[in-house]
Amino acid sequence: MAEIRAPVQRPISPHLQIYRLTSTMVMSGLHRITGMALYFGTALLVYWLVAVASGPNAYANVQWMLGTLIGRVVLLGYSFTLIHHALGGVRHLIWDTIHGLEPNDREWLARATLVGSLGLTAVLWVIGYMIAGGEL
Amino acid sequence: MERNATDMRTPLGRVRGFGSARSGTEHFWYQRLTSVALLPLSVAVILIVVALLGRNHAAVVQILGSPIVAITMLLFVVSMAYHMKLGMQVVIEDYVHDEAQKFTLLIGNSFFCVVIALSAVFAILKLSFGV
Repeated sequence: MAEIRAPVQRPISPHLQIYRLTSTMVMSGLHRITGMALYFGTALLVYWLVAVASGPNAYANVQWMLGTLIGRVVLLGYSFTLIHHALGGVRHLIWDTIHGLEPNDREWLARATLVGSLGLTAVLWVIGYMIAGGEL
Repeated sequence: MERNATDMRTPLGRVRGFGSARSGTEHFWYQRLTSVALLPLSVAVILIVVALLGRNHAAVVQILGSPIVAITMLLFVVSMAYHMKLGMQVVIEDYVHDEAQKFTLLIGNSFFCVVIALSAVFAILKLSFGV
C-alpha cells in the first residue's frame, strides 16, 4: 500500500525582505524598472517616426506635444532612463567578464551608474538647449 | 530507476521527462549581443536626434531619409525591439505565475515588439524612398 510521504523539505531561497538594502540591489531594481519604462517609451519613438513619415501636419502635432511642459518632462525622463539603463547594461557586461564583483567594486559601479547617468543626461540637455534654444 | 549521484533533476522533473528546453543559453546570449549592439547605436541615435533639434519638417525628412542615418536608425530599432522582447519576457516569467495569464502576456509581448519594429522600419523606409 502506498504510504503518504511528507513532501521533501527543499531549501528555499531568501527573498528581498530578508536582506539589508544595498545600492547594488537598488541599481538592479532600477535597471529592470528603467528597462520596462523604455519598453513602453519606444511607442513614443515610433509615434514620432511615423509622424515624420506622415507629413508636415502630423509632425507639427507631435512637435507641439513634445514642446509642452509634460512633453519636455517625458523627454527628460526618457533620456535619463535610456542613459541609466545603458550604463547599467555596461555594468552587467563588465560582470559577465567576471570582473567588478568584489564588494568595493560593486559599490563603486553602482555609484558610477547613478552619477554617470545623471551627469550625462544634464550634459545632453545643456547641449540640446544650446543648439535649439528651447525650440524642439 | 537508479538515481545517479550527479543527476541534478528533481523527482518530478524525472517523471515528467521533458528533458532540456533545447534553447540553453540562447536567450542570455541574444540579450547580451543586442545590448552590445545597442551601446554604439544609442549614442548614434542620440546624436541624430540632437542634430534634428529646431529643424523644420523638410529638413528632418531629408536627414532621417539619408542612407547612413536611415541604416543607423534601422539597426537601432531592430536591435532594440529584439532586446526589449527578451527583457520583458524575463519580467513576465519572473512575476506572472498563472499559466493562462503568463502565455497571454508572452504572446502580447511578442506582438507588441513586432508592431514596434515594423512600424519604425516602415516609417524609416518611407522617409528614405520618399513614397
